[in-house]
Amino acid sequence: MYHDNDRSKLFSRRAMMLAGGKATLMGALAARMYYLQVMEADKYAVQAEDNRISTRLLAPPRGLILDRNGIAMAVNQHNYRVMVVPEQTPSLDYTLDALTKIITIGDGDRARIHKEVRRRRSFVPLSVRENLTWEEVARVEVNAADLPGVVIDVGQSRYYPLESLGAHILGYVSAVSENELTGDPLEELPGFRIGKGGVERIYDMALRGRHGTSTQEVNSVGRVIRELERKEGEPGLDLNLTLDMKLQEYAAQRLGDESAAVVVMDIHTGDVLVMASTPSFDPNSFNRGLSNEEWKDLSTNPRSPLTNKAIGGTFAPGSTFKMLTALAALEARDITPEMRVFCSGHTQLGSIKFHCWKKEGHGAQDLVNGIKNSCDVYFYEVARRVGYEKIAEMAKKFSLGAPTGIDLPGEKSGIIPNKAWKKAVLKQPWHPGETLINAIGQGYVTATAMQLATMTARIANGGYAVVPHVARDQISEKTARSRASPSWPSMDVSRQSLALVRKGMFAVSNEPGGTAYKARISQEGMWLSGKTGSAQVRRITMRERETGVKKNDQLPWKERDHALFVAYAPEENPRYSIAVIVEHGGGGSAVAAPIARDIMIEVQKRDMARVAADSGGDSIAPDLRRF
Amino acid sequence: MLRPLPRTPSRLNRTEMSMRDKIWQINWSLIAVLGAIASVGFATLYSAAQGSMEPWAYKQMVRFAVGISLMIAVAMIDLRFWMRHAYTFYAIAFVLLVLVELKGTIGMGAQRWIDLGFIQLQPSEIMKIALILSLARYFHGAGQQEIGRPLFLIPPLIMVFAPAVLVLKQPDLGTAMMLVMSSGALFFMAGVRLWKFAVVVVGSMAAVPVAWQFLREYQKKRVLIFLNPEDDPLGAGYHITQSKIALGSGGVFGKGYMMGTQSRLNFLPEKQTDFIFTMFAEEWGMMGGLVLLGLYALLLAYGYAIAIRCRSQFGRLVAHGIATTFFLYFFINTAMVMGLVPVVGVPLPLISYGGTAMLSLLLGWGLVMSAYIHRDIPISRRGMGDD
Repeated sequence: MYHDNDRSKLFSRRAMMLAGGKATLMGALAARMYYLQVMEADKYAVQAEDNRISTRLLAPPRGLILDRNGIAMAVNQHNYRVMVVPEQTPSLDYTLDALTKIITIGDGDRARIHKEVRRRRSFVPLSVRENLTWEEVARVEVNAADLPGVVIDVGQSRYYPLESLGAHILGYVSAVSENELTGDPLEELPGFRIGKGGVERIYDMALRGRHGTSTQEVNSVGRVIRELERKEGEPGLDLNLTLDMKLQEYAAQRLGDESAAVVVMDIHTGDVLVMASTPSFDPNSFNRGLSNEEWKDLSTNPRSPLTNKAIGGTFAPGSTFKMLTALAALEARDITPEMRVFCSGHTQLGSIKFHCWKKEGHGAQDLVNGIKNSCDVYFYEVARRVGYEKIAEMAKKFSLGAPTGIDLPGEKSGIIPNKAWKKAVLKQPWHPGETLINAIGQGYVTATAMQLATMTARIANGGYAVVPHVARDQISEKTARSRASPSWPSMDVSRQSLALVRKGMFAVSNEPGGTAYKARISQEGMWLSGKTGSAQVRRITMRERETGVKKNDQLPWKERDHALFVAYAPEENPRYSIAVIVEHGGGGSAVAAPIARDIMIEVQKRDMARVAADSGGDSIAPDLRRF
Repeated sequence: MLRPLPRTPSRLNRTEMSMRDKIWQINWSLIAVLGAIASVGFATLYSAAQGSMEPWAYKQMVRFAVGISLMIAVAMIDLRFWMRHAYTFYAIAFVLLVLVELKGTIGMGAQRWIDLGFIQLQPSEIMKIALILSLARYFHGAGQQEIGRPLFLIPPLIMVFAPAVLVLKQPDLGTAMMLVMSSGALFFMAGVRLWKFAVVVVGSMAAVPVAWQFLREYQKKRVLIFLNPEDDPLGAGYHITQSKIALGSGGVFGKGYMMGTQSRLNFLPEKQTDFIFTMFAEEWGMMGGLVLLGLYALLLAYGYAIAIRCRSQFGRLVAHGIATTFFLYFFINTAMVMGLVPVVGVPLPLISYGGTAMLSLLLGWGLVMSAYIHRDIPISRRGMGDD
């Protein structure tokens, strides 16, 4: 057995070697355990906690938007969404097919889901369709057993109960885009919407509120096991507007199908009571999702329903500009109110003939009559005396040529040209004839309805630089406080000059022969003083003047004059100013003035009711009538 | 610990033992260690099921009971019987492996199972035992000169690589590696020169690029992710990362029985099978892990002691071969869950939920015990009594 003994020794020796090797490897296991469970234990303990705890954001309800009397303009509605959790479906297509039999799902939605599913982890629910009707929700719930991975989720969506009324002021909400991220954690919430236009955008931060958090214990597929802690967020601030939606509704009805803008504002506080722009649109349709035809209709309509014409539409102010020309000349003492100019229907400057709107002429005109009759020749002469630069300066004082500063996005400046402007923009010198044309609100001059209403307010309130606003309270970032009693800076325009211009405006509306006499308010205590304007948008050729200038209704819509009217009321103790612009509406006196009259009657009726109701709480109007 | 056994002259040259003698010889302390390890498994499976005997712990207990009975039955059978039929078992296991290749049911993306109607058979597990038996028989009669001849080593090499290639084709990288490695240990124990191993190792290193071509996409991915698990924390690296988080967060003393948050909340994949060690170590900490490691080491020590005490080369090789296979099981598994080796599907022996591995391991230990009971029986070259 020597041979076997030999093998036995060899076996034992080698067994020891292998056992040594195994012992070493087991030592390595122990060392690894020590490394993971002692040296790195803290790191892994933190990671384990992160694994287990997930913090979710709670979306606060967005602030409501109300009009000055508490009528809801923007509210939140339950938005029933059908979501699908890809991980829990046998196959995404199978589930979507099954879902299609129950509710309608567009091909576009399908493509979007397939795109999203590749970007997200498979336990993240994807929204299939939003804004389900109650009936659709019921149908999905009933068939839940056949729809693995499908869940119904209740979110919030914005609803504008007044539909197209005030749509331009409200704006709308929609998903956050890349360049709009501010770092607010709320923006990461799926389906979170931010304000994209109007007050929804300007006061977005205040309306959003502050997010809450829910700390949850989740398992590896993200399913919530239980909630550990919940911190409710702060709901968004409710926004009270200065608008009166009853008046807004009346104004919109009165404008009808015209492409027009109306602004009514408080000449002392700057409260905007009415800001209508027609035609309008239903902001809810953006939430619902617009069809291609609807979008095409809205975006290509020549009457541009998507633009807020009250602040975003610029028009030649026409004769409504003449008060500014008169004020510039009076303040510069280049004219006296008694100075008379003879109107023969036209005047000559060098070789060029400038026409009055009245072919046969007005005869001798002083300041008040010049305004009353809107005599172009009178103002040509005034402009010639004062020079254009001073007129432009006065126009700027009265809020033209720059945004008024109203708390709404998308406000246009309009244009108040002068020599420097023309040289910079058009690279041409100023012609003396342009002084005349621009002095009657034609030529390069343009303004918005908001600017004209503000101009009128400043004329009516005695020369104080009132600035319009639509939010009742002063809102900074996320807090609101009541506006201080307004003390607008004086514009250093003499009360005498303003009183003279107002006297002219009174004559326009209340003296026989005034351009808006037919559209006067005869109710005692509601009298209005105004100024008409008809802004020409085409060139009238010499030949046409010989054969007779075409009437507006003979022209295609695009070539008709813009009809304008500005006014303040009541005459006794002015409180409100109004500006009406009807795009290609025809004559100011025939079209714009009656609209302004009807609206101002409603405004003053409402005013009496309101003053009675809140016992003159915000009536700080001093008697500004006679100085 | 193992007592030195009395070498009584009466037993020295006995070729036959009565059943009574054999039962007297049963090594109960070995069974106790096996039972202790299996009990760790029961407790962990109970915890994995959120404190329930269903669906795993109860079944596992039944399997263990059946396995222990079979083990004792195997231990009772004369070692010479196992040696005589070693090649037969190998042939049967090989045929089963071929069958599984031809018409195996698909389970978990790999062809590993044969459905015999009453039991799902995993032939690769049987092959692990059969290969050790047949290699032990081959080397049993070999003298030093024969082992020194390279040609003599060709048949056992074929015996190893034929099933290893089949298993690799299934594809089951873990089992194929275990077959090759435990056979390597057997070759070594049989006395094959070290430089020959060096040749094989260098040769296989050279073959790595070729073998890479044969790996399935998921296997390649596993190797690549092992090399850098942070590459893909949510995809294939997820298993390792989560396993390390669970294990590491257990700390020194663990989170307490039934308190492992990671496994409880399902962050841990396969917690009742391949990753059961992670769950155990999360709940019991490093201390628990070391105790389990100690139990395994104790079992290995038994295997070694029995191997060294054995009179026949066959018995020595079988005992050592089984112990080595067992070592490979738990080393690969624990090293895998701790991120030391790539993720390969190797269960934690006697603890992971699963029938075939449990049965084949206990059968293996049955053979070891048979070698212990029949340790003093000298065996001739052809498997008969002393010649």
